[in-house]
Amino acid sequence: MREATRAGSETLDRYSPFQVAVLVLLRMFIGWHFLYEGLAKLTNPYWTSAGYLAESKWWFAGIFTDIAANPTALTIVDYVNAWGLLLIGIGLMLGLFTRSATIVGMVLLFLYYIAAPPFVGFVYSMPTEGSYLVVNKVLIELAALAVLLAFPTGTVFGLDRWLPWKRQSDRAALGQAGA
Amino acid sequence: MTDEHTKPKKQAQPEDVPGASGGWETSRRGMLKALVSLPFVGAFAYNYLRKRAADDTKKRAILEELGVTEGPAFIPEAISKPPSERVRLGIIGFGGEGESLIRHAGFAHPDWVEEQRKSAAENPANKALEVYLSQEDLNVAITAVCDVFDVRADRGIAASQVDVRPGGGGANPPAKRYRHYADLLQSGDVDAVIIATPDHWHSLMTTAAVAEGVHVYCEKCLTRTEEEARAVYDAVKPSDIVFQLGHQNRQSEAHNKARDVIDANILGPITLVEGTTNRNTPWGAWVWDIHEQGNPQTIDWDLFQGPAPNKVPFNLERFFRWRCWYDYGTGLSGDLLSHEYDGVNQILQVGIPKSCVASGGLYYFKDGRDVPDVFQAVYEYPDRELTFVYSATLANGNYRGLAFMGHDATMRVSGSLTVTADSDSTRYKKKIEDGVIDTSRAMFTYRPGFKGIDAVTSATEEYFVSRGLLYTYRGGRRVSAYHLLIGEWLDVIRNGGETSCNIDRAFEEAITCHMATRSFKEGRKVTWDPTRRRIV
Repeated sequence: MREATRAGSETLDRYSPFQVAVLVLLRMFIGWHFLYEGLAKLTNPYWTSAGYLAESKWWFAGIFTDIAANPTALTIVDYVNAWGLLLIGIGLMLGLFTRSATIVGMVLLFLYYIAAPPFVGFVYSMPTEGSYLVVNKVLIELAALAVLLAFPTGTVFGLDRWLPWKRQSDRAALGQAGA
Repeated sequence: MTDEHTKPKKQAQPEDVPGASGGWETSRRGMLKALVSLPFVGAFAYNYLRKRAADDTKKRAILEELGVTEGPAFIPEAISKPPSERVRLGIIGFGGEGESLIRHAGFAHPDWVEEQRKSAAENPANKALEVYLSQEDLNVAITAVCDVFDVRADRGIAASQVDVRPGGGGANPPAKRYRHYADLLQSGDVDAVIIATPDHWHSLMTTAAVAEGVHVYCEKCLTRTEEEARAVYDAVKPSDIVFQLGHQNRQSEAHNKARDVIDANILGPITLVEGTTNRNTPWGAWVWDIHEQGNPQTIDWDLFQGPAPNKVPFNLERFFRWRCWYDYGTGLSGDLLSHEYDGVNQILQVGIPKSCVASGGLYYFKDGRDVPDVFQAVYEYPDRELTFVYSATLANGNYRGLAFMGHDATMRVSGSLTVTADSDSTRYKKKIEDGVIDTSRAMFTYRPGFKGIDAVTSATEEYFVSRGLLYTYRGGRRVSAYHLLIGEWLDVIRNGGETSCNIDRAFEEAITCHMATRSFKEGRKVTWDPTRRRIV
């Protein structure tokens, strides 16, 4: 690992087939989740982020509630959010522009998290399906995307393979993995 | 990733890179790797389409069963034709409600405009000014103002010449002030009048307007007493004037959609309807501000008292908080039961009930008032085989809403509308067993203006919004229900037709409210005699 940090992914050790399998699987699952979240929002005429934003707590609450209250801003945010989720989902699943999709996905999740963090003393009216203290599933999915960013798979197990400017970077690490 | 889990380090195989020299075998392997996501994409597409199809089938099955459309309620345009000739409008009573009605007719007081502008700058969620400016220009002029309080009369005149107006219309000449309403009605300066005085004046003013051929928009409750209700009805009914009672719910999209639900008989036999009022603020209990300039010099106290049964010496509380006394109104009956009832009458067309039992008491606001602050009324409609219960408190804010309870489903009407199937429904039994209808959630939800949230500035305002009394939506755009109701009245004046809360509906409203008031005051069950048209 020391070597890897020094010289970047190009010199990463090759992953074992099991490691490759779980990394690709993780990418598929997160992509699947994003894609469906996006599609579900786009196909539901009643969907709006207003409720989520209006509930916002913590330092950035002012910005989020302002967006919720402004119809133009809200329309833009809803649009960008739904299409963003959809495109990130496609990117992660197909392994197309994987790195960008991963980073933008992390940014979106980060925004979701800071809009409504499960900190001590914050109570939200929207029900959650579990119990969370500081760490919630949004944060875990964010960390999972960070793993995908650290161990990229798109250039071998994805359409990034055919992007002309993609060189040997992560392919180098994955090239011989037995998948 | 730790070292023991990794293979020995090795350089990438050049033949794995497309375009690099290498055999067919390896580049095909690389291609297969690149397309590893295809089975996942396929599985996703398969499951997604299956889910959509299942959802669609379920939704279609429910909607087919219910026989209603998902779209907005069909509401005839409040204004059938662009306003042609200008209507000269008078206002009698420029208090809180009168000022609000005139604003919704397109004339906001300049102070209000300034206030909203500041408020919107601080809080972009406040859209009151935006909504005001986007109102349709009703092509009216405020030509006459009548108020017994000088300050309010002056405010009326200021509003009549405001230059910030919907449709960019410029300033009009100032309205003329009349001290007595009879002078205003006889002046020949008004075609139509808005009456927003305390209830004890409604009947005399409306009757006088009919005599002058002046159209009337009157605030609820129609009158203070049963006798007055008959007198107004007998004057307006045979006349040519256009009459509208101020029940804004008539223009609420959710209320209109609720009628569709009833017409489609989705609820099955409805045996119980519950309308409620819960408020928990002094303002909501009519403890309104006493103006600092109110005194015997600025207020014509004798004229204010007029037909009130008990004449008392000058009293600021009674002038500014008149709803607290039976001398001027009927408390919860005429103010809030009237709205709930009119909503029910609009949706179910129940008319005047057979009987009423009311009870309540003055339990919290012991400030010298003589109307109760907790009040319940139970109405029987044996012909319709249903009971309407009204229940109210002014000292608790637990929202209970308006519910129509049928054997097959329950409908809740507020700013939005939900219909939830009953778990023991006969009609939906099969669909509930098949899992098509879930009784733990609404099977039909209708949310007008579903995008965006509205800032509401006070608990009382929130109460009105939840009842569809303040704003409603047309094509997703927020509009004031008051504006639509005034617009409808003016349209009928110009183009003919029928107002939605005409004198027949107004009479039903007044009698229903007065049955509760009489039952409460006399401590007995009262009934309606339809042939003699008397509460007995």
